[in-house]
Amino acid sequence: MRKRLFSGARIVDPARGLDAVADLLVGEDGRVLDVGPGLRRATGSAAGGEVEVVPCSGLVLAPGFVDLHVHLREPGQEYKETIETGGRAAAAGGFTTVCCMANTQPVNDNASITRFILERAAEAGLCRVLPIGAVSAGMRGERLADIGEMRAAGAVGFSDDGLPVMDAHLMRRALEYTRTFGAPVIAHEEDRCLGCHWAMHEGEVSTALGLPGIPGAAEDVMVARDIVLAEDTGGWLHVAHVSTARSVELIRRAKERGVRVTTEATPHHFTLTHDAVRGYDTSTKMAPPLRPPGDVAAVVRGLADGTIDCIATDHAPHSRVEKEVEFELAANGVIGLETALGLTLGLVRAGHLGLSQAVALLSTRPAACFGIEGGRLAPGDRADLVLFDPDAELLVDPAQGHSRSRNTPFGGWTLPGRVRRTVLLGRDTFSGVPDAGV
Amino acid sequence: MSFARKDLVGIADLEEHEILTLLDTAERFRELNERPIKKVPTLRGRSVIHLFLEPSTRTRTSFDIAAKRMSADTFSVGGVTSSAVKGETLLDTARNLHAMRPDVIVVRHKMAGTAALLAKALPCSVINAGDGFHEHPTQALLDALTLRQRLGGFEGRTVTIVGDIAHSRVARSNVILLTRLGARVRVCGPRTLIPPGIEALGAVACDRLRDAIEDADVVMMLRIQQERIDQGGHYFPNTREYSRLYGLNLDTMRRARPDVLVMHPGPVNRGVEISPEVADGPWSVILDQVTNGVAVRMSAMYHVMGADRAEAAVQRGADR
Repeated sequence: MRKRLFSGARIVDPARGLDAVADLLVGEDGRVLDVGPGLRRATGSAAGGEVEVVPCSGLVLAPGFVDLHVHLREPGQEYKETIETGGRAAAAGGFTTVCCMANTQPVNDNASITRFILERAAEAGLCRVLPIGAVSAGMRGERLADIGEMRAAGAVGFSDDGLPVMDAHLMRRALEYTRTFGAPVIAHEEDRCLGCHWAMHEGEVSTALGLPGIPGAAEDVMVARDIVLAEDTGGWLHVAHVSTARSVELIRRAKERGVRVTTEATPHHFTLTHDAVRGYDTSTKMAPPLRPPGDVAAVVRGLADGTIDCIATDHAPHSRVEKEVEFELAANGVIGLETALGLTLGLVRAGHLGLSQAVALLSTRPAACFGIEGGRLAPGDRADLVLFDPDAELLVDPAQGHSRSRNTPFGGWTLPGRVRRTVLLGRDTFSGVPDAGV
Repeated sequence: MSFARKDLVGIADLEEHEILTLLDTAERFRELNERPIKKVPTLRGRSVIHLFLEPSTRTRTSFDIAAKRMSADTFSVGGVTSSAVKGETLLDTARNLHAMRPDVIVVRHKMAGTAALLAKALPCSVINAGDGFHEHPTQALLDALTLRQRLGGFEGRTVTIVGDIAHSRVARSNVILLTRLGARVRVCGPRTLIPPGIEALGAVACDRLRDAIEDADVVMMLRIQQERIDQGGHYFPNTREYSRLYGLNLDTMRRARPDVLVMHPGPVNRGVEISPEVADGPWSVILDQVTNGVAVRMSAMYHVMGADRAEAAVQRGADR
């Protein structure tokens, strides 16, 4: 690979507090060689035609986005998504690293599945895929999965996401056992005793629509339980897709006490309220469900004040078979990789976040949260990059998306910002023609 | 005065003038239903499919009689005869039925939003005969017709609905319709069966039956289902205690106005939510509700099929 010079971009590297127009030079090994103003002149004279120059004027150059929570459906549900199609969607959304959940078929509860996912990801070569192993064998909530072997094979965390770990004793042991491996237990917080056949958040909208609801308390009591267990065990609890005001507050207080707890929030939870369910569009159905405005505001505040560590999409592809049915029967989940930047820039436009903060929540902070290499642009770092035009707009057309599935509630929305180029270890994984489709 | 909708999915979608149009037309059909010969040719050549995927006797019969009195051809699908048991999706079933070119599909389903789903997917008219806990618009219309006949109007009137509000599409449709027409609506039942945010639909929640029925012009009792307890919802300890706290009997009726009207959408659990003396007593308009049901369903089919507009066009032609 030739050296590449990204020239004249507004470089936003929150890890170093950098936000300035400058150049970035990527070496032949796909790592950052140098960042600074006037590199073009220096390299131009020194290296001549040895350097590919990528003009970036008007674009933001940031560390490639890192998503701690996606579902890639492979193995087992390739009709919804594959590691390749999911990787393509990730690249189109500016992501260079994704962590994929264990609820595949079979479940990623042993090292051979973990290795399979890594091999398929390497073949696809579209983004770095870091598997998350199951907490319990078969995600059945009965006994621990092969946590140590999966960790050795490359798993970055452990989660039965999609399902809660209802057995408090198993959760306690998981938090204790994972300490040895320095990996988080990622918890899908939902007390199923407080609502087992629910279709949305319990509140005035579920009452108006006649849909069975689940109260916010079902999330809160589990967050409270797991914070207590993390506090006692010293284990690392990562609360997946936090969605209620009280859970954000519980996490804020726990962090103040020094409990090892981290968390993430999804773009749909910080953008939409439960009012979006009116009309029974099944692409507004997910777990946790869309919440009332007070919860949405608390999630936004949690992102702004740092209580919530990062943004994660919970990209959850489902086919028309699972979604074009009665609302109560529809599968939970929405896709999110290609709309994450736009929805996050929506928070910037609304004045809740600065641009550098938005970039940090999408790359620097998730990488730091899980201890993943990336999310920074210092010399020697991986040249995992995203180039986006903050002033362009994206009209979301689900049919034009790169995911194999179309289940987004944002179809027809116009979102700020467009990804122009995504770079993984120096090579383009996505290159969007200005103003063409997604 | 008009009704230009393709479908009747819920009261929440309707403007006041649309509700009044449906009631006024129903009033005309009500007279027809009292004649010795009850059939009119209004919907001759039109086809109505009754797609009932949840058990129903009263509503299904009522719709069927309504359609036949207007000379429509009716077809029934549902229960064990339907392909829903063979794993076909609801949308596929509905699209196949539509391919046979009915004018109206009347749908009942145990899940909320299904009538809206079909109304959106199909070019033919869809009438909601009850979707989960969401809405049962023709029930609310027949209740309103019954009350209008007895009370003359809704302004300043108080209607109390007692029972399992949380799992009642009848309660939701009635709360919306009655408040839209100017009535005050109270809902009463164990707190476990009062859904959160019912106030947003316009109702006031009361804990105690005696407070709820005091000064009420109308008391509407809802069916209490033993299944709710059996399924582990923890809503109340048993029907005996429920009956003692929320049942309407001669004793509790002493708290009510002497001219109060007692309603029930049926089927009645005698001795649970209402005692036989009250159900059959002078206050009861329960069978009037059933009679009005046919007229209201005739009105609903007449309007969604645009028969009013067709008749008006014929009338204009004749005037010329």
